[in-house]
Amino acid sequence: MDVEILSRLQFAGTIMFHYLFPPLSIGLGLQLFLCELAYFRTRNLSWEAAARFWTRVFAVNFAMGVATGIVMEFEFGTNWAAYSRFVGDVFGSALAAEGIFAFFLESGFLAVLVFGWDRVGPKMHLFSTLMVFLGSMFSAVWIVVANSWQQTPAGYHIVWQDVQGEMMPRAEVTSFWQMVFNPSSVDRLTHTLIGALVLGAFFVASVCSYYLLKSRHEDVAKRCLSIALPSALLFTLLAAATGHDSAQKLVETQPAKLAAMEAHFHTSDEPTGLTLFGWPDAENETVRFEVKVPYLLSLMVYNDPTIPVPGMDQIPEDERPPVWLPFQTFHLMVGLGTLMIGVAALACLFWYRGTYTDKRWLMWAIVLMPVAAMTANQAGWVTAEVGRQPWIVYPSVQNGVEMMGLKTADGLSESVTAEQVLSSIILFGIIYSMLFAVWVFVLNNKIQHGPETAEELTEYKQSLKADSMSEKFGRSGKSLGGDMMEDETR
Amino acid sequence: MSYELLTFIWFVLLGVLLVGYAILDGFDLGVGILHPFIAKDDRERRLVMNSIGPLWDGNEVWLVTFGGALFAAFPVAYATVFSSFYTAFFLLLTCLIGRAVSLEFRSKVHSAAWRKLWDVGFFLSSFTAAFLLGVAGGNVMAGMELGPKYHYEGNLLSQVYWYPLLVGCLTVSLFALHGAIYLYLKTEHDLQARVRRAINPLFYVFVGLYVLVSIATWWHVPHATENIAKYPVLWIVPILNALAVLNIPRAMHLGKPGYAFFTSSMVIAAFATLFSVAIFPNFMLSTIDPAYNVTLDNARSSAGTLQTMLIIAIIGIPCVLSYTVIIYWIFRGKVTLEKNSY
Repeated sequence: MDVEILSRLQFAGTIMFHYLFPPLSIGLGLQLFLCELAYFRTRNLSWEAAARFWTRVFAVNFAMGVATGIVMEFEFGTNWAAYSRFVGDVFGSALAAEGIFAFFLESGFLAVLVFGWDRVGPKMHLFSTLMVFLGSMFSAVWIVVANSWQQTPAGYHIVWQDVQGEMMPRAEVTSFWQMVFNPSSVDRLTHTLIGALVLGAFFVASVCSYYLLKSRHEDVAKRCLSIALPSALLFTLLAAATGHDSAQKLVETQPAKLAAMEAHFHTSDEPTGLTLFGWPDAENETVRFEVKVPYLLSLMVYNDPTIPVPGMDQIPEDERPPVWLPFQTFHLMVGLGTLMIGVAALACLFWYRGTYTDKRWLMWAIVLMPVAAMTANQAGWVTAEVGRQPWIVYPSVQNGVEMMGLKTADGLSESVTAEQVLSSIILFGIIYSMLFAVWVFVLNNKIQHGPETAEELTEYKQSLKADSMSEKFGRSGKSLGGDMMEDETR
Repeated sequence: MSYELLTFIWFVLLGVLLVGYAILDGFDLGVGILHPFIAKDDRERRLVMNSIGPLWDGNEVWLVTFGGALFAAFPVAYATVFSSFYTAFFLLLTCLIGRAVSLEFRSKVHSAAWRKLWDVGFFLSSFTAAFLLGVAGGNVMAGMELGPKYHYEGNLLSQVYWYPLLVGCLTVSLFALHGAIYLYLKTEHDLQARVRRAINPLFYVFVGLYVLVSIATWWHVPHATENIAKYPVLWIVPILNALAVLNIPRAMHLGKPGYAFFTSSMVIAAFATLFSVAIFPNFMLSTIDPAYNVTLDNARSSAGTLQTMLIIAIIGIPCVLSYTVIIYWIFRGKVTLEKNSY
C-alpha cells in the first residue's frame, strides 16, 4: 500500500478514536455543571453525590481525550509535512489559540474539579466546573474553525516562495477574522457542539435509567433524569435544525460533497428528489434499491421544490469525492438523529406524566441511546471529511480571484515511508485497542459502583472535620494520627 | 513592529514555552522515573503519584502549546522537525499516553497485579519520554541529514548514536534529580528521609553526565559555541548554569528544599537557554550542506500571522499564569491521601 492511503487510514483511525471522548466530555461537562448548580442552590446532599459521581466518570473520559488528543497535533507534522508548510500560517494560529485559550483553562481547573472537592468551597468548585466545561467548548471552537477553514477557506491569499531554487506556494492570512468566521465555521461549530451535548444528555439519561431498571440509586437517578431528558429533547431538535442549515450552505460552498451525500449523479431540469435509502454504485452512476421522495431535496436545499440541485456530473472528474461512504454515513446520521428525537420526545412525555418508570421498554431504549448518539457523531465526521476529498484544502474564490487549494495527495511528508506509517498504525492499533478495553472496564466499574448515598457523604464529611480539628488542636492528635497510619502499613 | 523583531520575539516565546515545559513536566517525569525505587508499599506509591496528581496534566499542556505555537510561528520548522523524528515521536506519544492512563487507571481497581502493571507502565513511560526528549534535543543540537527542500534523508538509526544518547541520559538524570527535590518538598516521615538519601547520589550522577556532555558538545558540536564567541555577554548563561548546578547541594545542605527546587528549575532554564543560543538563528542544521538549514527566516509565518499570534499571546499568557498560580496554591503543602486521590 502507498503512503497516502496508509497516512489517511492512520489519521482517520486516530481521530475517530479521539473523537469518542471530547464530545462526551463536552456533553457530560454541561450535565455535571447543571447538577452542581442544583446542589449549589439547594445544598441537597443527593445533588452533591450526583455531582461527585459524574465528576469521577468525567475524569476517566477526560484523561482519554487528553491522551489521544496530543497524537493529532503531532500527526500534522509527522505525516502531513507538506500540508503543514502550506497551511501553517493559517491553521497553526487556530491550533496555538486552542492551546493557550482552551487547554490551559481546562487542565488547570480540572485539577480543582477532580481533586478539589474537600479543598475549596462550593462556589470555587462550581466555578471550576464551569471553567472546565467552557474550556472544552473553546477547544472545540478552535478545532472546528481550523477544520472549517480547510473546507471553505477565506481571508487568505497564496504566496509563492523561493525554496532553494523552486517556487512553492503557501497560504497566508490576510484577515484573521475572515479566516475564523469563514462561510462554514458557525454552522459546523453549532452542529458539532450540539451533537456533543446530545451525547452527554443521553449518557446521563442512560446511566440513570439503568439504575432505575435495577432499582439502585433511585433518588440520584431521578434527579439527574429531570435534567437529562429535557436536555436530550432540546438538543436533538437543535441538532436537526443546525444540520439543516449546514446542508443548505453546502450547495454553494461544497456542491460535490452534497452530491456525494445524496448520491445525486445526474443534474436534470426537473426538481430533485431525496433518496431515503439505497446502495450507490459510483461506477455505473446509479443507486440500486433506491427509495426516493420526489421534490424533497430541492425543497430542503432551496426552500423551493422546483429548483434542480446540481449533481456529480457538474464536478470535474478528478475532483469528485467517493460517493458510497458519505452517502451511507450521512443517511445513518440523519436516521439516528430522527430516532433520537422520537425516543427523547416519548421519554419526556412519559416523564411529564409521571409514568416513565413504568415503561421499561422505553427505559431500555434510553439505555442504548448513547451508542446511537456516538455513532451519529462519528458518522457526521466521516461524511464531512470523506465528502471533501480529494481536497485537503478546498480551492476558493477571494474577491473575484481564484485561489488554489491543496489536494490530499500533495499534503504528505516526503521523507516518511510506507513502512514507518504501517508500523505506527500497528503500534497504535494495539495501544488503542488496549486503551479502549481499559476505558470500558473502568467506566463500567464506576457506573456499577454508582454515587454515594447522602448518609455516606455526611459520614465522610464528619470524618474530614475530625481530621482537621485534630491537626489544628494539639500535637497529640496529630502524632496519634501518624502512629495509626504507620500501624496500618506494618 | 518590524518583521525581524516579530520573528525574534517568537523565537524567544517558543524558548519560554520550552523552559516552562521542561521545568514543570520535568519534575513529574522525574517523579515517574524515581517512584519504583523510592516508594516501598502501596500507600507510599499512591502518595508519590498524588504528589503530581493535580498537576501533571496541566504541565503537559506546555508541550502541546509549544507544538501549536511552533506550527503557527514557524510552520516549516514544525513540519520538518516532526516528520524527521517520525518514529521517535510516535514512541514519545506512546509514552505520553502510557503515563496518562497509568496514573488515571492505577487506583481504579483493587488488585495487586493490576496496580503492579500500571506501576511498571508509569516508570517505563516516564523514563522513555524523558530519554527521547533528550535524544531529540541532542540531534537538533548536532544537526541532522537534511537535504534539499527540507527533505530529511536520515532515519531512526542515524538519530541513535553516542552524542544524542548521552544527552538523553543527561536529561533523565536531571529530571530525576529535579523530581527528587520536588518529592522531598511534598513528602513526610520515612518516605521523605528515603528521598533525601537519594538526592546526593542522583546529584553526582547528574554532575558526571553534565561534565561529560559539556566536553562532548565542545568537541562534537563546534557551532554550538559560535554565538557565545560572537557575543561574549552570553558567557553569563553557562556560568550561571554551573553556579546553579553547584547551588543544589548547598541549598539542600542549608535545609532549604524550596530554594533547591528553584535552583534545579534554574538549571533546566539555563540548559534550555544554552540550547536556544547554540542553534540560533537556525531551527535545524543540515549536516549535508548549510544551504539546507531550516532557519528563522525561511521557516517563519507571515508578519500578519506573527502579529495576530502575539496579540493572542498577550491576552492569553496572563490568564494562563494566573490560573497556574491559583492551582499550585490550592494544592500547596504536603501530599495526603483523600477520597478523590489516585
